[in-house]
Amino acid sequence: MSAGVLPYTVKPHPVTGLYSGKFGTWLFLASEVMLFGALFSSYVLLRVGAPETGPAAWPSHEETHLSWVIGGINTMILIISSVTMVMAWASFKMHDFAKGRTYLIATWLLAGAFLVIKLLFEYIPKFQHGYVPAKNNFFALYYTLTGLHGLHIIGGMIVIGYFIGPGSSLWRRDPEYYTNRIECTGLYWHFVDLVWIFLFPVLYLM
Amino acid sequence: MSAEHHHHEHSDHHEHHELGFWRKYVFSIDHKVIGIQYAVTALFFLLFGFCLMMMMRWQFAYPLQPMPFIGTWFGETFMPGGVMTPDFFNSLGAMHGTIMVFLGVVPLVVGGFGNYVMPLQIGAPDMSFPKLNMMSYWVFFVGGVIMLASFFVRGGAASSGWTSYAPLSVIAPTGQTYWLIGMVFLITSSLLGSMNFIVTIVQLRAKGLTMFRLPFFVWAQFVTAFLLLLAFPPLEAAGVLQLMDRVAGTSFFLPEGLVVSGQQLVQKREITGGGSPLLWQHLFWFLAHPEVYVLILPAMGIVAEVIANNTRKPLWGYRAMVYATIFLGFMSFIVWAHHMFMTGMGTRLAAFFATTTMIISIPSVVILTALVISLYNASIRFNVPMLFALAFLPMFAIGGLTGLPLGLPVSDIHLHDTFYVIAHFHYVVAPGTIFAIFAGIYHWYPKVTGRMMNSFLGKLHFWVSFISINGVFMPMFFAGMNGMLRRGYDPTAYAYNAPNMGLVKMMSWSAWLLGLAQLPFIINFFWSIKGGRRVSQNPWDATTLEWTAPSPPPHGNFLTEPVVYRGPYEYSVPGPKTDFFPQHLAKAEA
Repeated sequence: MSAGVLPYTVKPHPVTGLYSGKFGTWLFLASEVMLFGALFSSYVLLRVGAPETGPAAWPSHEETHLSWVIGGINTMILIISSVTMVMAWASFKMHDFAKGRTYLIATWLLAGAFLVIKLLFEYIPKFQHGYVPAKNNFFALYYTLTGLHGLHIIGGMIVIGYFIGPGSSLWRRDPEYYTNRIECTGLYWHFVDLVWIFLFPVLYLM
Repeated sequence: MSAEHHHHEHSDHHEHHELGFWRKYVFSIDHKVIGIQYAVTALFFLLFGFCLMMMMRWQFAYPLQPMPFIGTWFGETFMPGGVMTPDFFNSLGAMHGTIMVFLGVVPLVVGGFGNYVMPLQIGAPDMSFPKLNMMSYWVFFVGGVIMLASFFVRGGAASSGWTSYAPLSVIAPTGQTYWLIGMVFLITSSLLGSMNFIVTIVQLRAKGLTMFRLPFFVWAQFVTAFLLLLAFPPLEAAGVLQLMDRVAGTSFFLPEGLVVSGQQLVQKREITGGGSPLLWQHLFWFLAHPEVYVLILPAMGIVAEVIANNTRKPLWGYRAMVYATIFLGFMSFIVWAHHMFMTGMGTRLAAFFATTTMIISIPSVVILTALVISLYNASIRFNVPMLFALAFLPMFAIGGLTGLPLGLPVSDIHLHDTFYVIAHFHYVVAPGTIFAIFAGIYHWYPKVTGRMMNSFLGKLHFWVSFISINGVFMPMFFAGMNGMLRRGYDPTAYAYNAPNMGLVKMMSWSAWLLGLAQLPFIINFFWSIKGGRRVSQNPWDATTLEWTAPSPPPHGNFLTEPVVYRGPYEYSVPGPKTDFFPQHLAKAEA
């Protein structure tokens, strides 16, 4: 209904060159930058201000027991998922629905793989060995940052899953509108990947 | 299957023309219904937050004496024998601030006025994302319910001030957890709303409505939306961190060796420490200073509309006001630490924030001066909205100018945490923003309902409110300069406060009178829905687009798509026979 009434839901605005959904997505991402920016700033402040010794001291890289191999694999998975996301959008743009949907499913599965690896090889073993958020501020930040990032992955999976499943009926009614929505989903998805690109060195390598 | 499909289509078709009660009035995607929902909910919260304060005023004026009548309603936990406990007093103070800011004023000026008026003023059929708009209201609503529910948990509602300073807030009872979760909802709601506002203002303006033909109110909403969009996420992050501190045992805001009730917190709660309480303050004020401009900019927008309309003159310095607003928006992100001069920051850092604070006062003065000069040589119509708008000017000026000593570290160290601070920011927000809100309600009521509010009750409301609100806040400056602390439970606990008690009693009685003064407004507000005088679609002879729509505007707003030919405030210009030239008219009508 709203598509019929409101202008620029599908076609770009002549001045901004954006349809409203894409504009809104960029604004949303701007606010996300501020959200993660605040958390990264907190990381810097807490690390710089950490005491030299005692239980609150910042752990050395070895003491964190974070494996850069697992982190690296997950980084690769997310980068590949970004590629499949673009391919999905490009396929829809070229009116190949079946191919686009396959790429969407691939993106969804890669996102799932990321979470499974995170859970099975990192969160659960860490918790079993007593590396809980309360252990020290490094782990507090580690769980908060990766947890919030994980929630963003889950959010992305819900949206991508919607467009694979019930949301795909929009393709039959208005393929351009559907493709636009995939583009917005893609923008969000790349942002979530980008956050991880920052998280990986900050948590696993530094 | 096909029968079901057919049925579904049928119901879709049905909904298109006549929405059911729930879709039309409750889960509506019409910006006007959502605006009214926001406004009514927020007005309720304003009244509720004010009631909390009226209770606190009893404890200030008559410390440790049983409160008459209502003292017994709150049970032995909160008010044994009708005397409020210090914990309950703290809850009332914290929740008064939280409710007034996050559940009252912001939802009213942005969610209410912004949602209702802005799309009409830009000639749009609705907001860009109607479903998102509905969602932002309901997320706000859930946040409000959580905040209210926190009064009923063990230990009462949040009691660490509206600023929730750590580490006090981390070790506070359960109510604080509710506060944090409620805040996450409120912040999310604001984020969704602000995206919607920006996209709508940029994409959905009517043909011919260039940015510099926008009414000033729309500009104010535009800049406000950017502040909400970019300043709120850090508080969301801070809220998540504090929630982790409270529920997961982390130490983001807890330093090493913290002693609580004579015991090291490390042993008491098994935390490591090593966090920084100042980190909370930085994250909080990074939001909360821009938030001040979220409270004031839309109010200035409302006042500009009312003043231009009732002086029957174009706004003086419209462009200067717009540029000042944009500049104000940018500057508001780099002044936050002037709330933290007492934290022992270095003098260089303090000098930086003092300088930016002095600079940010310039655009505020530009806007206010433009509004004052707009009055010059005008034949002013003193109707109810104009009275409130005129009162806004000196009240905001007092609030703003008394803020300057707080922006300079030297004087702030003396005045910090006294009633002077309370007086300063209440002058900005209470007789400032809230008077602007009243001006807006009286001004746009005929658009929303098609009927005028009663003028006599309105004037009664104005004059009694105006006198009593100054009776509340003016003595606070003096009490504060005499050293009276803002968060003290019992002002008589300090001998030096004894000479202030006369002032304190005056403030309390003025506050209760102010409460009474709202009765004519409440009666007027509800009575006029059915009993007010019916008026045409443009009863104020206004120029902006919202007045070209029927009152109340139908779904989709305008009967014909409006096209704009001129600036927003063409009053008393040569050409038309009337003294106003509406934006949508190409030529003067004969």
